[in-house]
Amino acid sequence: MGIAIEVNDLHKSYGSIRAVDGVSFTVEEGEIFGMVGPNGAGKTTTIECVEGLRRPDRGTVRVLGLDPRRDGYQLRRRIGVQLQEGSLPPRLKVWEALDLFGSFYPRRVDGRALLEQLGLAEKRNASFDKLSGGQKQRLFIALALINDPELVFLDELTTGLDPQARRAMWDLVRGIRERGKTIFLTTHFMEEAERLCDRVAIIDHGRIVALDTPENLIRSLGAEQRVVFTADGPWDDTPLRGVPGVTRVEQIGERMVVYGRGEGLVGGVVSALEALGVRFRDLRTEQPTLEDVFLALTGREMRE
Amino acid sequence: MRGFWKLLLVQARLYLREPIATFFTIFYAPLVLLLFGAIYGNNPTRLFAGRGTMDIAVPSYIGLIIVTVGLIGLPIGAAAARESGVLRRFRATPLHPLAYILSDIAAYLLMTAIGVLLLILTGVMVFHIQFEGNVLSVLAGFLLGTTAFFALGYLVAGLAPTARIAQTVGMVLAFPMMFLSGASIPLEVLPAKVRAVSQYIPLTHVVTLMRGLWFGDSWGQHLAEVAVLMGCLLVGGAVAARTFRWE
Repeated sequence: MGIAIEVNDLHKSYGSIRAVDGVSFTVEEGEIFGMVGPNGAGKTTTIECVEGLRRPDRGTVRVLGLDPRRDGYQLRRRIGVQLQEGSLPPRLKVWEALDLFGSFYPRRVDGRALLEQLGLAEKRNASFDKLSGGQKQRLFIALALINDPELVFLDELTTGLDPQARRAMWDLVRGIRERGKTIFLTTHFMEEAERLCDRVAIIDHGRIVALDTPENLIRSLGAEQRVVFTADGPWDDTPLRGVPGVTRVEQIGERMVVYGRGEGLVGGVVSALEALGVRFRDLRTEQPTLEDVFLALTGREMRE
Repeated sequence: MRGFWKLLLVQARLYLREPIATFFTIFYAPLVLLLFGAIYGNNPTRLFAGRGTMDIAVPSYIGLIIVTVGLIGLPIGAAAARESGVLRRFRATPLHPLAYILSDIAAYLLMTAIGVLLLILTGVMVFHIQFEGNVLSVLAGFLLGTTAFFALGYLVAGLAPTARIAQTVGMVLAFPMMFLSGASIPLEVLPAKVRAVSQYIPLTHVVTLMRGLWFGDSWGQHLAEVAVLMGCLLVGGAVAARTFRWE
């Protein structure tokens, strides 16, 4: 597999604000690479430097072997871009948008088939301003794919979408990758990065604080699993502390939280409860997520 | 220039989907002509050296259409495309900036030309107006006046931070021009003091040039108008180019 994007020591400031402060990473062909971090972390600035829409103060960027600033026109023929703050004229119809954007490229795919795939076939004659948020995003994806690009940029694709639309969007993105394209996306949803990306760069205050597969990031944290349940009636939780793998037990009102590691943790806790004759309900386990990784790395919650 | 023609076609279609813009560009001037024609008719008068009110109105109203498109429609459209993110979206494609600008200009020019044609047709068919000039010469004058005002329009859009401000500034500039330039009320009926002010209004020079060329004046008789409009075109175009931004 070749290298699709290579970024080295990228810096970009706006006035006294260092939006991107020494970012380096590579994106391999055929992967879904995600940049995740809170709003204002430098994701959009980074992606726009890579797309050639912004000029970096310092550092080098190579995309498909080209310099985005110098070979911008050549590069833009080969990439597809969905912008965080893009728009279309309100009265432009869906089919017109595809027809128009297709005319900018020497090579293009069938717009009708694209609308079909993205579930917009029925909206062919609808104006842009009559589309829902999810439909607008799907249209922007269609526009990003009209030139059959090698590399697709998706900036905050699912912001403003409801959970169902977000999941549908994830399937779409996986479908794009299955057609052999490389995807570089940004998101401030940790869950999205975890579910969708092959590799994730966690960015905070303009710097990459971690970069790996979601599984490795979570594993490297050595974070604990949690077993959570509600117990009825008074009981002594001391024997639970002796279950192999358990590190501590917390009681929050009626809810019990057992922290620990290892494969047999849930089984051990359940057997112990049964042996004690404790009646419990609503038992579930919580795996550590990228959210925990972010918290551990930055000392802050990701959600605002 | 890949994308130019398709973009021109789409811009023209989008223009026609805006009822207010379409009304004021294409139908307003012919309607005003019909209204004042019904009041004054087109009999020869001494005021206009033996020509009728409608003979004078048609070339003058061309200025009315030009200022409406150039200083009201264009600045709003250009600033809104920038503000809403439409320009950003185009910028992420291989569309050449020049292709975008030229298609934008061509679309406004096309709409202005349709309005002017309908105005002239109304004048000819309803009021049998006189034409004593050279068609190519009038066309050249029309192009000069139009491009000069488009340059001013892009200048307003470039200097205005938002579409709303572009709209306000455009209207504040356009409305006094309409009434003080001879575009809607002939300069001959305005008091001398007002006419003195008129000389400083760019639209006056469009109207004077169009009226002159319409009745067969040579370009040599209108060097002052040509100089003013060329100045607007060059200064407006230069400032517009410098203040142009994608977002």
